Amino acid sequence: MTKRKALRTAFTVLLTLVLFVLLWEGYKWMGQQTEDQWPGTQFGLPVSTDDLTMPHASDIFNELTDEIRAGRETLPMTVYLAKKAAFTFLEAAIGFSLGVIVGLMLAIFMLRWRFAERGFLPWINVSQTVPLIALAPIVVTWARLQGYPDMVGISLIATYLTFFPVAVSGLRGLQSPDSSDVELMRSYAASWSSTLIKLRLPAARPFLFPAFKLAATLSVVGSIVGEISIGTKTGLGRAILDFAQRYAVWPERLYSSVIAASLLGLFVFGLVNAAEWFFIKRGREVLK
Amino acid sequence: MRENSGTLEEAVSIRAADKVFNPDSDNEVQALLGIDLDIKEGDFISLIGPSGCGKSTLLRLIADLLTPTAGEVEVFGKTANEARLDQDYGMVFQHSGLFDWRDVSANIELPLELKGWSKVDRRKRSREMLELVRLEEFKDHYPRQLSGGMQQRVSIARALSFEPRLLLMDEPFGALDEMTREHMQVELLRIWRETGTTVVFVTHSIPEAAFLSSKVVVLSPRPGRIHSEITVDLGDRTDETREDPEFFKATTEVREALRAVEAG
Repeated sequence: MTKRKALRTAFTVLLTLVLFVLLWEGYKWMGQQTEDQWPGTQFGLPVSTDDLTMPHASDIFNELTDEIRAGRETLPMTVYLAKKAAFTFLEAAIGFSLGVIVGLMLAIFMLRWRFAERGFLPWINVSQTVPLIALAPIVVTWARLQGYPDMVGISLIATYLTFFPVAVSGLRGLQSPDSSDVELMRSYAASWSSTLIKLRLPAARPFLFPAFKLAATLSVVGSIVGEISIGTKTGLGRAILDFAQRYAVWPERLYSSVIAASLLGLFVFGLVNAAEWFFIKRGREVLK
Repeated sequence: MRENSGTLEEAVSIRAADKVFNPDSDNEVQALLGIDLDIKEGDFISLIGPSGCGKSTLLRLIADLLTPTAGEVEVFGKTANEARLDQDYGMVFQHSGLFDWRDVSANIELPLELKGWSKVDRRKRSREMLELVRLEEFKDHYPRQLSGGMQQRVSIARALSFEPRLLLMDEPFGALDEMTREHMQVELLRIWRETGTTVVFVTHSIPEAAFLSSKVVVLSPRPGRIHSEITVDLGDRTDETREDPEFFKATTEVREALRAVEAG
C-alpha cells in the first residue's frame, strides 16, 4: 500500500468515527428535547436516550482515561483494559493458530480423499451449529479436569470457531487450479505432495486470507465468550462480565470495555491484513 | 542442421490405439479408434481436424496424461509412462498456465526445481531460456504484466528448460490475435531449428498447420481416426513464405483433406 493510500484509509476511518459520535450525540440531544419521541409526533424513539442507555460519548471517553481500582493497585482504565486485552489476545492467537493448522489439515485431507470430503463436510457444517454457550462449559470443564490452566480450554473454544472458515475456504482454494495446471505438474512427474506445495497451496492463498480474516475476528469472539462462560479471573471477558453486572450504576465502564474488545478485533484483523500483503501482494502490483 | 536428422530414430510410435471415455456407461464416447502414427525424431507434426476429432486426446496419450483403452504408445522406445517419468517431453497448453505468484524466471525454473537443480544452475538455465525466447528484460515480471504472446513464449521456455527431446503443444496460439500468432509461428520455427526438438502441435488452423509442419496429420471425428497424412516441405520459412505459391498449395491440400473429412 502506498503512503497516500494509507493516509486516505486512516482519514476515512477517523471520519467515520467522528460521524458516528455526531450521530450518537445528535440522536441523544434530540431525544432529550422531545422526551424520547420523534419530533412533532407521539411515536416513541426505538432506543431511549437517558444517560444509562446512552451515556455521553465524552463520558465514555473520560472513563477510558479515568482510574480504576484493581485489587491493591490503581490503574488508568486504558492500561487496565490493555492488560486484560493482552491476555485475551494471547488466547485468541493460540486459538487462531491451532484453528488454522486444524482447518488446513482437514482441507488437505478432504482434497486427498474424495470420500473424506463427502463424509466430513456435513459434520464440519454441523459443528458450527452447536451453540457456543453450551459448548464452552463442556470444553473448559474437561480442560480443568485434566489439570490444564483455563487458557487451554478457552483457546480450544477459539479454535473451534476458527478452523471452520479455514477448512471450507481452504478446500475450495486447493481445488482451484485449472485441470491444465494439474496436468502440467503431472507432465513433470511431480508427486502429489510437490503438486500440493508448488501448485495447490500457493493457488489457495487468495481463498485462505479472507478466511483467515474471518477466523481472526472469530478467535477474539470465541476467547471472550469462553472467558465469560467459565468466569476466568482475567481477560477482556472478565472485565466485560464485571462491568455488565454494574451497568446500572456505571454504564460508561461497559462501553469502554466494548470499545477495547472492538479495538482488539481490529488489531488482529490488521495483523492478518499485514500478513496477506507480505505473502501475496508484496511487489506484485501490476505496473501497467 | 535439422532437416535430415529425421531418419535417426522414432520419437513417437503409436500402434492400434483406441481411447474410450466412460466405458460401459450411458455416456460412453469412442474418442479415438485404431490410431497408427509414427513420428520421426526432429519432425514437426501438426494434428488437425474438426472439433471433437480427438486431437487433444491423442496428444494426451503421447503425454501419458491419458491411458489408451487398447493399443500401444511408445515414446523414444519406452512406454509413454516411462517417458513421462523420465521427463522426455515438455508441454505447452492453450492457456499459458503460468503460475501468477511466480515471476517469469521462477516460472521457467519450476520443472528444474522439481528435478532438484541447485539455485545457481536454475538461474543460469532460465537466463539461457529467456535469451532463446527473447524475453531477457522481462525476467522479473509477473505473468499478468505480460501480453498473451509473451506469456506463451515464457510457457515455451518453461517447457524446454530441461531440454526434453519432444515438445507437445496443445493449441498454444489459439488464444492469440492473428498478428501475434503469425509472429509466434516464426519464433517457434526458429526455436525448433535452434534446439532440434521434435514437436507435436495440435491446432485447428489450416494455415498454421501448413506453415509450421513437416507433416500434417488430418483426423476425422466420431470416432477419431487418422484420415490422411500430408507431407509439407516449405524449406526455411519466413513471413514472406505466407505469400509463396508453395504455401498456398500446402494450405489447399490440407483444406481439401479437411473438407473430405467433413463430407464423411
